[in-house]
Amino acid sequence: MPADPAHGTPAPGTPTRVTLTDDGPVLVHGPVEVELPDGRRLRSERAVTALCTCRRTRRPPFCDTSHRTRVREENHS
Amino acid sequence: MTTVSSPAVSSPAPTVHTGLAPLPEPRGPLSAAVLAVLRGEEPPQRPDAAAADPYGDDLQLALHCCYELHYRGFAGVPDDREWDLQLLALRGALEERFLAALRADVPPDDDVTAAVDELLVEPVGPGAETGVSHHLHRRGELWQLREYVAHRSIYHLKEADPQAWVIPRLPRAAKAGLVSVEHDEYGAGDPARLHATLFADMMRELGLPDGYGHHVDAVPGATLAEVNFMSLCGLRRSLRGALVGQFALVELTSSPGSERLVRGMRRLGCGPAAIRFYDEHVEADAVHEQILRRGVLDPLLAEEPALAADIVFGIRAAGFLGDRLGTAMLDAWAAGRTSLRTPLPDGPGR
Repeated sequence: MPADPAHGTPAPGTPTRVTLTDDGPVLVHGPVEVELPDGRRLRSERAVTALCTCRRTRRPPFCDTSHRTRVREENHS
Repeated sequence: MTTVSSPAVSSPAPTVHTGLAPLPEPRGPLSAAVLAVLRGEEPPQRPDAAAADPYGDDLQLALHCCYELHYRGFAGVPDDREWDLQLLALRGALEERFLAALRADVPPDDDVTAAVDELLVEPVGPGAETGVSHHLHRRGELWQLREYVAHRSIYHLKEADPQAWVIPRLPRAAKAGLVSVEHDEYGAGDPARLHATLFADMMRELGLPDGYGHHVDAVPGATLAEVNFMSLCGLRRSLRGALVGQFALVELTSSPGSERLVRGMRRLGCGPAAIRFYDEHVEADAVHEQILRRGVLDPLLAEEPALAADIVFGIRAAGFLGDRLGTAMLDAWAAGRTSLRTPLPDGPGR
């Protein structure tokens, strides 16, 4: 049975599962090599790699949680 | 770790620590009693934990010493003292006082979704950007950064260890998720990438002694309380939900804070090993957040829904203790004095 990419290694021969989160990055079971628009290739050795889809990350193509909702608080608490 | 995007860094050679942590100095009757038992002496008096400040220096150091026997131990203390009945009785009384205070200070709630959602918004603006990482990002001085690292060393030199105790206490799916995060914290099989190793590399580059337990005497009870809460929840199976909540809080909030520390360190001209530790946590914890939510919290709640209130308690109590420590640091620095009990050589005194 293929494992969920959020936890576990897929069995040999099973397709890589890609998880689309509704509020954040795309999760890909690693290691992965990502080809960028300029042709550069980046490798991630992590068990799970979170790829940015909101384009707000400061570390493209990887998620840095910049997709989070920003709530403005004016007053010092 | 990702390569290419963050070029390989050659860290200073890791120090091999053969020595165990020395016994700390007592801070009152509770810690004196625990230290006496550790030395194999009769405690001078029967201390009353019920009257002590639950977050104070004395009780928190006493708890720290009880817990340390379950980690690496102290130089000169026999390994089997870990199970000394007198010590376990003392620990029980200390834990009861600490836990009762936390239960009173953290309002009960069992809405895990709401507690998690609170952590997934990034407060911005003058009313929100008041924490230690904001201060160190924008205007903190190098001595303040070094003090921060000394405080944090109590946890990071045993990073992921308190959470490892919860592994056998989790149902299967949540266990698999939690272990995948722990595996990353432990360097994914490479001792040089162990987060505790990366932290020690950073300490040496910042000119701080990186010996295990070196800074215990220097840090206040507020610092010890944060780590003691992890040990308490890790060692007590009844608090496994709170341990998972504490772990979730760390993993869900660490990425933005680590990014601020990276930028603060660049502003202060810190070296590559210092920057690498927090840099690694920006991307790593963006992934860990997802695994904690989807691979740990969701399956744990599906199998043990009764743990919801304890998970929220773990999140909120860890947040409460973290805020107390942050406030203590910022208040001391705003007054131009050290946040430590004994100042570092380059900083101001008390």
